Amino acid sequence: MTEQLLLWQALNRALDIEMARDESVFILGEDVGLYGGSYRVSEGLHAKYGEWRVRDTPISEGGFTGLGVGAALTGMRPVVEIMTVNFALLALDAIINMAAKIPFMSGGQFPMPLVVRMPGGVAKQLAAQHSQRLEHTLMNVPGLRIVVPATPQDAYWQLRQAIASDEPIIVLEHELLYFDKGQLNLTAEPPPIHQAAIRRSGTDLTIISYSRMANLAVSAAEELDGHGIQAEVIDLRSLNPIDWETCVTSLKKNHRLLVVEEDCLFTGAGAEIAATLSQRCFFDLDAAPVRIAGLDMPTPFNRELEAASIPQTGDIVHAARQLAGQNKRV
Amino acid sequence: MDRNTLHRFLYDMLLARTFEERAAQEYSEGNIAGFLHLYPGEEAVAVGVIHAVEPSDYLVTTYREHVHALVRGMPPRQVMTELFGRRDGICKGMGGSMHLFDRERRFMGGYAIVGETFPVATGIGYSIALRRLPEAAICFFGDGAVNQGSFHEALNMAALWKLPVLFVCENNHYQIGTEIHRHSAVVDVYKRACAYNIPAEKLDGMDVINVYNSTRHALAQIRAGNGPQLLEFETYRFRGHSMADPGSYRPRSEVSAYAERDPLKTVIREAEFGYPTSEEIAAAGPDVIAQLINHPSAIDHFDEQHIERIKQEVEAVVDDAVQFAQQSPQPTMDDAWASLYCNRRHETLIGESSHD
Repeated sequence: MTEQLLLWQALNRALDIEMARDESVFILGEDVGLYGGSYRVSEGLHAKYGEWRVRDTPISEGGFTGLGVGAALTGMRPVVEIMTVNFALLALDAIINMAAKIPFMSGGQFPMPLVVRMPGGVAKQLAAQHSQRLEHTLMNVPGLRIVVPATPQDAYWQLRQAIASDEPIIVLEHELLYFDKGQLNLTAEPPPIHQAAIRRSGTDLTIISYSRMANLAVSAAEELDGHGIQAEVIDLRSLNPIDWETCVTSLKKNHRLLVVEEDCLFTGAGAEIAATLSQRCFFDLDAAPVRIAGLDMPTPFNRELEAASIPQTGDIVHAARQLAGQNKRV
Repeated sequence: MDRNTLHRFLYDMLLARTFEERAAQEYSEGNIAGFLHLYPGEEAVAVGVIHAVEPSDYLVTTYREHVHALVRGMPPRQVMTELFGRRDGICKGMGGSMHLFDRERRFMGGYAIVGETFPVATGIGYSIALRRLPEAAICFFGDGAVNQGSFHEALNMAALWKLPVLFVCENNHYQIGTEIHRHSAVVDVYKRACAYNIPAEKLDGMDVINVYNSTRHALAQIRAGNGPQLLEFETYRFRGHSMADPGSYRPRSEVSAYAERDPLKTVIREAEFGYPTSEEIAAAGPDVIAQLINHPSAIDHFDEQHIERIKQEVEAVVDDAVQFAQQSPQPTMDDAWASLYCNRRHETLIGESSHD
């Protein structure tokens, strides 16, 4: 059974199905109820499930995320929506100090079936505070899992899997992907939540990316085809844990690695990916891994500067051609 | 107040004092490391409150929580062993002194970051209300915690949705070394609850019977569906903030006043040579144990032999706990990984690097 859906609709469908399936699932966040969520993700659910299961909260990110932690300790399955990822900085105590640590500190006594959804990334001229990413911070927290869906199908699968999991899972959504359309298979068996997807097969080099940049990498790979370069595109789908085996298998075959991320270059996810794969595939690599990433600056408001501050498809094509030996290195 | 209840209060308070003083000794001898925050002086609060709650209620506590755990029924062996960081501790040595958790007894954790108990208790209260259960969440915090934003965020939400949360302030007048007049514009904590329409009272936290009765009353209100309540108990910690703190910032006059009025020491010292007369106890002043013994309803309930018997009993319990802790094995790194991945279930993880 497949349907053509927008990514926000896929998330909405996932929430609806899990709420119907399990009474312990509830949603909370700013404007998730009557208003339907600022990206419409919880549209219609307040009317269907009532205010106790779709709770509009005060503007208290730390408080209501911590509330989610407390509820999860009693076996509830809260799905916290942080309106935008930068607000999550106010909730990091709940996420990092509590959710990630309580199961461990208790010697394994407590479940932590908490899901925290947060839209982020550079969208359309939202300026520096509202245009950022948090994966660099969250990836460095043992005990947290992070998923980064790039397609409606993955958004649907991974949100459902996150809700059903007993571990705390952060769903990093990209604001520019909510209105992406895709085929949604509602009945297919999903892959494991953290398993990377090979979005395009190729034999000349491997591009590893995630979230919106994975889609750009697929576009770049199509363009590279015109230059006679077959790029393999791996969409990580999960940043903790990372499915290293899929990456290693690809590199042993292709020998060249390009890592693409939207987050700032310095200590970003790409640093971990490049470092780990350099170690694991040292003798298989024909060239040093190449990283392209956002500039190490707050996102400018100006439209052209904003675009220039994060990788574009052309940047990926350019870097891939250099890596494949077609262009001179700058 | 019946004799059995009073007996349990006295037992728990003597156990609390004995356990904590022994923990300090073990710390000094190097058997306990890290931060160790002790409760002597404040026993009436934990004992009075926790005796008033039901087993189906949830407790959320701070890092000064050994006594709360003991009163809740956590075996002293498992508490002491956790302080030692050994494998048979209640959290297998993964939590330590500040992070006691016991799922079975609904002891939802000791939290080392000031102000964290508010949202956790509020979330527990939310899940109780959502499921319409006759339970409550008990949220302990100190006077220093009320200036965290989490206090205000949680009180607002708890009141807004009428959540079954009892906020219990253990006001010992100090946030580590800063006295309440230097950290709070309004030093009556209970008054802050008014801003959120939460009924609140300031009470003497040195009188266990008073603590017990006021807690019972507040919980009855909560169970009637009237939403959260806040109780502020005025108390005093006899030691520094932690073992690393000699407490030298406190005025000598204040410390010596409390030291002179420490009737627990007096009672215990007297008990070793004979039970004090009621005049001696009356003269000892308003400390917790003396008040209990001196309480009108307690008169004639306890005699010298009785106190002495309890004292010996709790000392034996604490000795046993220490011995148990000393013999407990060290946890292994496998135990640590198992704790971290306790919720991963059957899912097979491919390529996780941390186990390599």
